[in-house]
Amino acid sequence: MSESAGIENLTYKVIDHGYPVKADNEQQKSHNVNGVWPKLRVQHISKSFQSKNGRVYVLEDINLEIQQGEFVCIVGPSGCGKTTLLNIVAGLEKADSGEVWADDHKINGAGSDRVVIFQEAALFPWLNVVKNVEFGLKLKGINGKERRNIAIEYLKMVHLSKFQHAQVHELSGGMKQRVAIARALAMNPEMLLMDEPFSALDAQTRWILHYELQNIWLKTRKTILFVTHNIREAVCLADRIIILATSPGKIKKEFLVELPRPRDDNDVNVAGYSTMIMKELKAEINKVMKCEMDADSCVECDIKCTTEVPAKTDIGGGI
Amino acid sequence: MQSILKRTMFYILFIGIWEGLFRLCIWPEYVLPSPVSVFKTLIHGFQNHTFLIGIASSMKRIAIGYGISIVVGILLGLLIGRVRIFEETLGSFITGLQTLPTICWLPLALLWFGLNDRAIIFLVFMGAVLSITIATDAGVKSVPSLYIRAAKTMGAKGWKLYLEVIIPAALPHIITGMKQGWSFAWRSLMAGELLIVCLGLGHLMMIGRELNDMSQVIAVMIVIIIIGILVDRLFFVKVEQRIRERWGLVKG
Repeated sequence: MSESAGIENLTYKVIDHGYPVKADNEQQKSHNVNGVWPKLRVQHISKSFQSKNGRVYVLEDINLEIQQGEFVCIVGPSGCGKTTLLNIVAGLEKADSGEVWADDHKINGAGSDRVVIFQEAALFPWLNVVKNVEFGLKLKGINGKERRNIAIEYLKMVHLSKFQHAQVHELSGGMKQRVAIARALAMNPEMLLMDEPFSALDAQTRWILHYELQNIWLKTRKTILFVTHNIREAVCLADRIIILATSPGKIKKEFLVELPRPRDDNDVNVAGYSTMIMKELKAEINKVMKCEMDADSCVECDIKCTTEVPAKTDIGGGI
Repeated sequence: MQSILKRTMFYILFIGIWEGLFRLCIWPEYVLPSPVSVFKTLIHGFQNHTFLIGIASSMKRIAIGYGISIVVGILLGLLIGRVRIFEETLGSFITGLQTLPTICWLPLALLWFGLNDRAIIFLVFMGAVLSITIATDAGVKSVPSLYIRAAKTMGAKGWKLYLEVIIPAALPHIITGMKQGWSFAWRSLMAGELLIVCLGLGHLMMIGRELNDMSQVIAVMIVIIIIGILVDRLFFVKVEQRIRERWGLVKG
C-alpha cells in the first residue's frame, strides 16, 4: 500500500504536443540559441505508404527537437511509425515531406554521424569481434594500429575485450548487441539511433544491458534517440519520453523523467512513471487492437477489445 | 582408419582385376595396356619432363582463362544482382547460355582466335564464367538488407559498400560458384587441348592415341584426375571449411 501511495505522490512533468515550428529560415535561426544548434531537429515530417486498402498515413507532421546529450525515447504501439521515424532520421528512408536537421546541416541520406543500432545486432559474420568494431573506423580511413586501439577501448567499455578474437556466432544475443553498441560508439558519432535494440533479448539480459547502456551514457553523454514499445525500458533509460499516437502517427504527449541514474527496471518510481504513461498509451493500444480484431469479427476478440484493463495494476513494461 | 583400409583394398582389387584381364590376352596391348606399363609410362613421362611440360602449359592456360572468368563473373554477378535493368536483360540471357555445353563455343573460338592458345583460353573462360556469374548473382541477392543498412549508417557507400560488405557477405555463394566453374573450366580445357595441338595434357593424350600407346593415354588420364582432386581438396574444400567455421554454419 505504501508503494502505491508513493506513486500517487510523484509529480510528473508533461509537455503537450504541438510545436510552434515554422518552416521558414527565420524560424530555424531562432532555434540557434546562443550559437548552439539543437543536435537534431525534425520538422514537419510526413510519411505514407500505398497499401491494398488505400493510403496509410504512418507519420503526420512530426516536429521534434533533441538537444546535445539528451536521451530521448519514442514509445508507441506497434505500427505507429516509430521505426519509420528513426529510419528517416538515420537517412535510411525518405520522408514524403518535411526536413531533418542534424546540427546545422540538413540530412540527406545515411551518414556515420548517426549510427543505428538495430533490433538484431547486424554484426558481420565474416569478421571477428574486434574487426567488426573496427569496421566503421576502417571506412573512415583510420590506420590499422590506431583503429585496433580504439576498438579495444570500446570493447572494454562493454566488458567484452576478452572476446575480441571470437567469431560472431560464438557470442550470445546480449553479447552481440553489446558488440554492436561498441561498434557504434567507436565511430564517435554525433548521435546514436537505437531501434528496439533489446527487444529480442531475454528479460535478464535486457536488465543488464539497461544498466550498461545507462553507464555508457553517463560516461559518454552521447545524444541518443531510442525507439521502443516497452514503456518500462523507456522510463528506465530516457530523459524525455515521446508518445507517438497511431494512424496517423503523431506526437501525442511528452514526459520528462527526472529520476537519478542509474535506474533499475524494478524501481518503484520507474514503475510509477510506467503506469502513468501506460494510461496515456492505453487508448492508442486499444485503437490498434480494435483495428486488428475487427478484421475477423470474432466475438471473443470483441470482448477482449472492449474490456478495460485496469491501468493501475498493469504496469508491465511490454505491450 | 578403417575407411582408408577399405579404400586401399578397393584399389588393390581394382588393379588386380585390371592386371588379370590383361593377362587373359582378350584384347591386344594397344587396346588394354597393363597397369605396370601405365605406371612405367607415368614414371618415364615425369623423368623426361614431357608430363611436367604438359602440366605446366595446361595450368598456365587454365590460370589465365579461369582468372579472367573470376573477375568478369563476379563483376557481371554484382551487376545482375544489384541493378534491375541488368537483371531483367542480361540475367535471363546468362541463364540461357548456361545450358549450352562449353565445347559448342569451339567453332566460334577457332574462327575468332585461330588454332592456338587463345582459343583454348577462351573455352576455359566460357566454361567458368557463367557459373561464377550466376552464383555471385544469387549470393548478392541473399545478402541480408540489414547488413547493408548497418554498413550505410556507418558511412559505407559506393564501391566500398561492395568491397567491404556485399562481396564478403556473398562469398560463400561465390566460392561455390568458383568451385563449379573450376570443374567446368577443367573439362573445357581438356576438350580444347584434345582438339588443338598445344603441348598440354590433352595434347599428350592425343599423341598417345596417334602412337597407339594406350599406356600414355591412361597415364595422362591419371595425371588429370590427380590434379583435379588436388585442386578440389587443397583449395576448395579447405576454403569452404574455413568459411563454414567462421560463419558458424558448422561446429568448428
